[in-house]
Amino acid sequence: MATPAIRMLRRLEGIFSVYKPSGVHWKLVRDTIETNIRNDLNATPSQPLPHKICFLNAPGSETEASRGLALRTVSLPVLSKHPLVTGPEVQFMKVGVGHRLDVASSGVLTLAVGNGNRALGDLYSAQVTSEYTLEGEFGTATADFSHTGKVVERSTYDHITQDKLERVLAMLEGANQKALLMYSNVDMKSQDAYEMAARGLLGPDGKSPPILKGLRCIHFQPPNFTLEVQCLNDTQKYLRRIVHEIGLELRSTAVCKGVRRTRDGPFTLKDALVHQQWTAADIMQAVRQYHASKKRKKSPPTKINHTSTAVKRQEEHEICNETPAVI
Amino acid sequence: MASPCMQLCLQCRRFLLSKPVASGWLYHTTVSNSSAKVLHGSLVVRWTHKTTQTRHQWMQQILCFSGFAVRHLSTDTKGKEGVEELSITDFVSYKSPLLPVRDAVPVSQVPLDLDTPEYSALEVIDDDEALGITVPPPLPPSSTSLRDYVDHSETLSKLVELGVNLWKLEQRPNVGSMLLKLNFDTDVAPKLLFLKDIGVDGSRFGYIITHNPFLLTENLVNLQARVNYLKSKNFSAEIVASMVSRAPYLLNFSVKRLDNRLGFFQNQLSLSALNTRDVVSRLPRLLCGSLEPIKENLKVCEIEFGFKKNEIQHMVTVVPKVLTANKRKLTQIFDYIHNTMKVPHHLIAKFPQVLNSKFLRIRERHLFLEYLRKAQYDPALPNYISLDRLVSLPDETFCTDVASATVEDFYLFQKTL
Repeated sequence: MATPAIRMLRRLEGIFSVYKPSGVHWKLVRDTIETNIRNDLNATPSQPLPHKICFLNAPGSETEASRGLALRTVSLPVLSKHPLVTGPEVQFMKVGVGHRLDVASSGVLTLAVGNGNRALGDLYSAQVTSEYTLEGEFGTATADFSHTGKVVERSTYDHITQDKLERVLAMLEGANQKALLMYSNVDMKSQDAYEMAARGLLGPDGKSPPILKGLRCIHFQPPNFTLEVQCLNDTQKYLRRIVHEIGLELRSTAVCKGVRRTRDGPFTLKDALVHQQWTAADIMQAVRQYHASKKRKKSPPTKINHTSTAVKRQEEHEICNETPAVI
Repeated sequence: MASPCMQLCLQCRRFLLSKPVASGWLYHTTVSNSSAKVLHGSLVVRWTHKTTQTRHQWMQQILCFSGFAVRHLSTDTKGKEGVEELSITDFVSYKSPLLPVRDAVPVSQVPLDLDTPEYSALEVIDDDEALGITVPPPLPPSSTSLRDYVDHSETLSKLVELGVNLWKLEQRPNVGSMLLKLNFDTDVAPKLLFLKDIGVDGSRFGYIITHNPFLLTENLVNLQARVNYLKSKNFSAEIVASMVSRAPYLLNFSVKRLDNRLGFFQNQLSLSALNTRDVVSRLPRLLCGSLEPIKENLKVCEIEFGFKKNEIQHMVTVVPKVLTANKRKLTQIFDYIHNTMKVPHHLIAKFPQVLNSKFLRIRERHLFLEYLRKAQYDPALPNYISLDRLVSLPDETFCTDVASATVEDFYLFQKTL
């Protein structure tokens, strides 16, 4: 028989995403969420104690003759099953983290509870892309490519125009497209390759160095600029280096002021829970929502298109809101 | 007829006494009109005498053991009755209710008549009878958990009823065996009565013993001396009680050490006796912790942050917790408030609770206000937002009162950071 805490844990199992603030290690995020879930689970009412039958002598019997016969049966609680003795009911559970984010970067971080970890593995083996927003600044170069690092060089940036920046971005995107084809392990002269490329399904086979799938400038106001990047197998350090290299390519220097992940696979900013919402109730709702959206996606076989995922998910949310899903 | 019966009774009793699970035995003894069988380990007694007198004695003997059971289970005062019964029947008193394995009482005083016929352990019983006998699992001689002993130990079961978290205690080294060796009546009860006497609320006992089980092994005279010392320093009785219930280790410190520590706070902060008492009574765990981090924090405030002496004094008297906060956290928060939010020293000293709050909370609220162009921390200008209002309000109130926005907006804004 499952206790309320165990039943609640079953409902929590699955994948959800949180918004990691910058300046916090992902391990701390994971541990905080694990502690919060565990505290919420253990706050559920515990089972009543089982009782054991014992023989005690009756209180009123004084004379010797009656005393022996007046044994009464009493059921006493078994204290060895008391929550103060056995400890909290849920002490261990698996909380797994998807694609990591380093300390300085913020954004969507995917987490899984219990058997959701297996689904998490499947999700990442499907080579999902993630989307980042990079804040850059021209004029300086630092040792670790971020604005807090040690400055190694200063330069002018008056000659940079948006046109020049976009030319460099296009070049980078082309080089990465080429790398993508190279790592996809498909014969480029075959019909298969053509069909896959037409559907946008070409991707690296297994492990590969980081590959940018899309790169564009969404805000340009020298010395500040903002890039939007879709990429595969990335690290945040690699993205900072991209900003640095763009600076060099433009005959100047640039540092990355912020890395923010706006989408990780199917999880967008909209689904992410901010740290005030890291409670069992909110997580349960997020898990259920993701589950429902996946079911919905499965039923009509639609073409997977990464750029329109966000829009599609938004539509699905609206549908969810109209008809409350009962799971 | 009666005398061999009596001998046998004594023999049985002696045997059972020397066994660890004397208390558990009773529940599995079957008593019937025709025969009574006792099976424990290798002992099988077959009883076929039908005289009422012997049965009476048998029942009486059972009663003795039920007395034990009562005492072990410690449900009510009937245990005492059972103990008295033991002394009546000229019985060796069973000293320790706990740990029967370790200190089983020698029973050589009982005179044993060698003429009585021996009852063999190898006597045959039929299958039905054998099936009817359940052998209780013996107490493990060593265990990693107190769970195995709770139902058999008076002390442990009473501690559980008081609300002591045995699960937490058993994880600390040596505490488990220390608790098992305690006797409730002689070790635990006087300490609890003492706590009750100095005014500690009964609901706090569980908390106190969970955090400081060593209070139970302290000498009562010492405890009284420490309480008297605190009272001699003009702490009132209620304050001493609340200090003890919030800082359970307080009474484990010797008078000399307590005196040293009180003197340390008075000298380091150069506070008056009244203010020292106020600080210590509001955060009694200052007296129990290490003094080195406190010194360090004071130096950090003075040298790294550049607060003046009187500002530090004021901050400590308002929020004593600043002294025990993590040094790195303090530096991070001060750096953000002073260098990013441009709040001067005297305002921080006026609202020292900001140093006590969470860095993330301050940062996201400040950025939100800045985004709304409401970040104005100068009391001389209009639309002033005090640091106190910035950090201590809950999210909902903060959003509606200070930022005049909704909580959803605030959450959405956090996702853009």
